Amino acid sequence: MTLQDKAAVVGVGSTPYYKRGRSLPQTPFELAGKAVLAAVEDAGLTIDDVDGLALYSMGLGGDTSLFAQVLGIPEVRFTATLTGGGGGAAGSVGLAAAAISSGMAECVVSLMTLQQAASRFGASYAPRGKPGAQYSAPPSPEGNFIQPAGLMGPGQMFAVLTQRHFHLYGTKREHLAEVAISTRENAIKRETSIMQNPLTLDDYFNARLIAEPLCLYDFCLECDGAVAVVTTTAERAKDLRHPPAYVRASAHGGNGRWGQAIVWMGMPDEEYASSGHRPVAKRMYEMAGLGPSDVDVALLYDHFSPMVLMQLEDYGFCGIGESGPFVESGAIRWPNGSLPVNTHGGNLSEAYIIGMTHVREAVEQIRGTAVNQVEGCEVALATGGPASIPVSGLLLTKETG
Amino acid sequence: MSTAYDADQVAKLPDERIISLTPDVWTQPFWDAAAHHRLVVPRCTACGTFRLPPSAFCWKCRAQEIEWVEHDGRGAVYSFTIVWHPLLPDVADSVPYVPAVVELPNTNACRLVGAMVDTRLSDMRIGLNVELVWRDVEGGVAVPTWRPAEGE
Repeated sequence: MTLQDKAAVVGVGSTPYYKRGRSLPQTPFELAGKAVLAAVEDAGLTIDDVDGLALYSMGLGGDTSLFAQVLGIPEVRFTATLTGGGGGAAGSVGLAAAAISSGMAECVVSLMTLQQAASRFGASYAPRGKPGAQYSAPPSPEGNFIQPAGLMGPGQMFAVLTQRHFHLYGTKREHLAEVAISTRENAIKRETSIMQNPLTLDDYFNARLIAEPLCLYDFCLECDGAVAVVTTTAERAKDLRHPPAYVRASAHGGNGRWGQAIVWMGMPDEEYASSGHRPVAKRMYEMAGLGPSDVDVALLYDHFSPMVLMQLEDYGFCGIGESGPFVESGAIRWPNGSLPVNTHGGNLSEAYIIGMTHVREAVEQIRGTAVNQVEGCEVALATGGPASIPVSGLLLTKETG
Repeated sequence: MSTAYDADQVAKLPDERIISLTPDVWTQPFWDAAAHHRLVVPRCTACGTFRLPPSAFCWKCRAQEIEWVEHDGRGAVYSFTIVWHPLLPDVADSVPYVPAVVELPNTNACRLVGAMVDTRLSDMRIGLNVELVWRDVEGGVAVPTWRPAEGE
């Protein structure tokens, strides 16, 4: 038994996307509530229909008890958080589908809320202790083996993986630039995007280096905002406001020794210079009865541009080590590439709401209402991570299998 | 396009104010040895598998008992980054610094991370042979750093 086609995403909602700190004086819970209400409304449902929450990333989306109390959810029948961090973005919808296909709940909200006014994810692994400083992870016995070297932020850590990819496969900064530039091209066509100016190759190479080989434009934005989606039974989805985006498959996890990944650097040699998504991709495709050639649009979690390259490999869109030449060929460009990627402008140029914008875009692509619509889009892939375990994938489809 | 460096530019060390150790019972012996400038790597007494960071179980056979094996601190750079942007004010004066992941021979590929010292940026490459240099920091502890081995 799998969850294939038993549930569908029927509503999406969000707040505007803000640069870091600009969402004040709204509270994080207020942002979350606005996104949830918008998503429920978009589905043609009301809060009275909601009976579950499937969250991720340490419950950053918001606390179920507070939603229930303040929004007046009649009865909560399912509430769970996928462990880990941003790697659970796409998987939180899989968690919702699991709750629905098992009969535990019928109408489940997944969401992410971010307000980086007080804390900056860029320094997630920096030591605490400075007055006023707030970071997301205190030093741990394991972190002691990384952080004294000056590795304090995910961008620095992923730069180390990227350097290895360059070494093994001849990947170049031009390839990272193509990810950044193509994503920006998509973003500037959308008025919701934070970044509205085109990015040229000159801009890219003139940008300051942050952690080699990564420069400013290889990093995602720092944002505030909230995005929510509503998932319900395939049966009920048929009668709602929008065409259903069926959950054909979802998987999360990773090989055990991927582990804490960038926070320990001891991953097995064969998957060190990867996104950690290979086992997840395999299980997801098996569940779906689909393969990479069936995917019409790929919304790949892009906290850092090189991780798009590694996901292109791990999801089978090109061979291992071949993502550089693959993107160089124009393959990921919208609308003419063979596999448009991050048509919404991604974490790099639209907004960084820890991957939930990718799920939203997948739904809009399946509905046929995306701003940068892929013509005849039948199958959309959204991912969460690379990160520590879990990373996750989600395949949404226009038709059931 | 490669990045060109001033031929003499040398890696700095990240300011020691960022260093804050929080050992547990499994990692404490590593840091105790480090304070005496000795590198020790825990090996499972049941199956012989090394593990870093030190942890409560052998990931291969799930046994707990370990012995601490002395290592000469020579290895090769597995990967690295050159940090140019100071994430915190504390390190504003210590960029560029170069965190390097180093694979330790004869430890079933355990890796140990440390910043590079005495290294020209233009000499950094994967495969560079390095040797461990202990960096004494406040509180009587020492953390690993790396410098190019003789002949590199």
